[in-house]
Amino acid sequence: MEAFWIILTGTLVATSCGLLGNYLILRRMAMMGDAISHAVLPGIVLAFFLTGTRDTIAMLIGAGLLGVLTTFIIDFLHKRGKLQADASIGVTFTSLFAIGIILISAFAGQVDLDQDCVLYGEIAYVPIDLWISNGGTILGPRAIWISGGVLILVLLLISLGYKELYLTTFDPSYAGVVGISVGLWQALLMGAVSMTTVASFESVGAILVVAFLIAPPATAYLLTTRFRTMLWLTVGIAFLTSTGGYVLAVAIDGSIAGAMATIAGILFAIAFVFGPEGGLMSRRKKQATLEESTVSAA
Amino acid sequence: MIKHVENPVLEVHDLTVSYARKPVLWDIDLTLPQGSLVGIVGPNGAGKSTLIKSILDLVPASSGYSKLFGDDLANVRRRVAYMPQRESVDWDFPASVLDVVLMGRYGKLGLFKRPRKADREVAHECLRKVGMEAFAKRQISQLSGGQQQRVFLARALAQEADLYFMDEPFAGVDAATEKAIIGLLQEMAEQNKTVVVVHHDLQSVVQYFNWVLLLNMRLVASGPTEQVFTNELLQEAYGGKLTLLTEVSELVQKGQFAAREKQGYRG
Ligand SMILES: Nc1ncnc2c1ncn2[C@@H]1O[C@H](COP(=O)(O)OP(=O)(O)O)[C@@H](O)[C@H]1O
Ligand SMILES: [Mg+2]
Repeated sequence: MEAFWIILTGTLVATSCGLLGNYLILRRMAMMGDAISHAVLPGIVLAFFLTGTRDTIAMLIGAGLLGVLTTFIIDFLHKRGKLQADASIGVTFTSLFAIGIILISAFAGQVDLDQDCVLYGEIAYVPIDLWISNGGTILGPRAIWISGGVLILVLLLISLGYKELYLTTFDPSYAGVVGISVGLWQALLMGAVSMTTVASFESVGAILVVAFLIAPPATAYLLTTRFRTMLWLTVGIAFLTSTGGYVLAVAIDGSIAGAMATIAGILFAIAFVFGPEGGLMSRRKKQATLEESTVSAA
Repeated sequence: MIKHVENPVLEVHDLTVSYARKPVLWDIDLTLPQGSLVGIVGPNGAGKSTLIKSILDLVPASSGYSKLFGDDLANVRRRVAYMPQRESVDWDFPASVLDVVLMGRYGKLGLFKRPRKADREVAHECLRKVGMEAFAKRQISQLSGGQQQRVFLARALAQEADLYFMDEPFAGVDAATEKAIIGLLQEMAEQNKTVVVVHHDLQSVVQYFNWVLLLNMRLVASGPTEQVFTNELLQEAYGGKLTLLTEVSELVQKGQFAAREKQGYRG
């Protein structure tokens, strides 16, 4: 049962992260996941102060708001302040992260909150942290409920806003002309990324979240040229990563998160070498065909 | 020479646009008649793309405004189509030709609605018009530059608008395709739709357009082709680049002849 809960949690988290990651990499915002995962810290801390509890929902809302604010600040620095995109991202997330750390340390004495509990969840503890209802019934691991709920929200966003997200990713100015608000969909996407990241931190830890955001969609991108297929492949890769990672961790008796991240990396490497679309092999083949046709044309 | 018309389909009023406080369009004031096929002509960096983007609210104006059908853009979006320059997107994006053309329908669909069968039919019809129906399923990264251009054109056509803005639709297409496309645009103009085209090949201006804007940061001229496409005004727009001038005067002579032959401008 323990294995089942861990693999299920890993798959749910990797699916949410990976689906959103598809949009991030196509928008050339792969680093935003990393940036947001740090920048939301003050949101979590403030949510904690306002509610006085380590209530997950409040923290998710705080993180979501901070995530949206982060994208606005980055946009503002980039467009209005004429700062390069990468510099805007760097300045924003380090500053916000620092504010979060200051808030935590300034009130450290009074609150039961530290960086560890916010940033470093551990997937191995998923089966022990059970959610028990007021009546005393055991409803299963808390992480399953949280990551399952987040996945439902993510699925709602990308199915209801499918065409809006697709168009604002491919051609934002055209989206603007036909009346689809680029800013609104960007904010919704980044709000979702922030919530997902933070919810996933708690269950699986920060490093794995960043790996899940980028590796499965980057792998899928190398395997197909169709967007829908890319989304479906991401789901499959998420499952493989989670299962394979757990099996590997048991085999070598090592860290589960580390093993899952390793599998994600291995799957990417395989796609990179053998992928039909962007892989090294296919590129070499295309190159050869191209050369052939140039030679025959000459 | 700036000719104004009554009941214009597009009015640009005292428009100034700057990037980082450096003006690239200065005090543009013009009106266009409905049903015209308009060429925007001017040297590289003249602000041709910027003029279109500003009319479409894609770049903010420092001062001035534009009215389309006598209204703000926000109220008439469904009647306005846009074909951006090909370089404005990443062609390695995971999308098929049909996916891209269907985007032309998104504005009409509204929130949460997916394209339906009727939208697909319009998309296929537009692909047929640009001679790309056989490529509907093709991944867009596997197209030549000219084919990509035609896909963007089909997407703009799929908007079924009354006023079209096209940024260099002929860049990179072969001569036969260019001919087919201009035929299509002329047909649209005959159906009283207005088509505004950024064009950089002076050779064909007289043949293609019945209204011309000469632009070089300022608006040098706006009016019926035979009144605007003159040696003098072209020199002004192109800043007297010597190599060009002899060529241009030849063109003008040839062109005015052609224009008379074709009766390019109606009303
Ligand atoms: N995003 C931008 N930021 C700064 N300057 C720009 C930008 N886009 C265009 N420009 C400048 O504005 C001028 C007009 O550009 P553009 O409208 O693209 O010219 P055209 O389409 O006539 O070749 C050029 O000098 C160009 O360098
Ligand atoms: Mg241009």
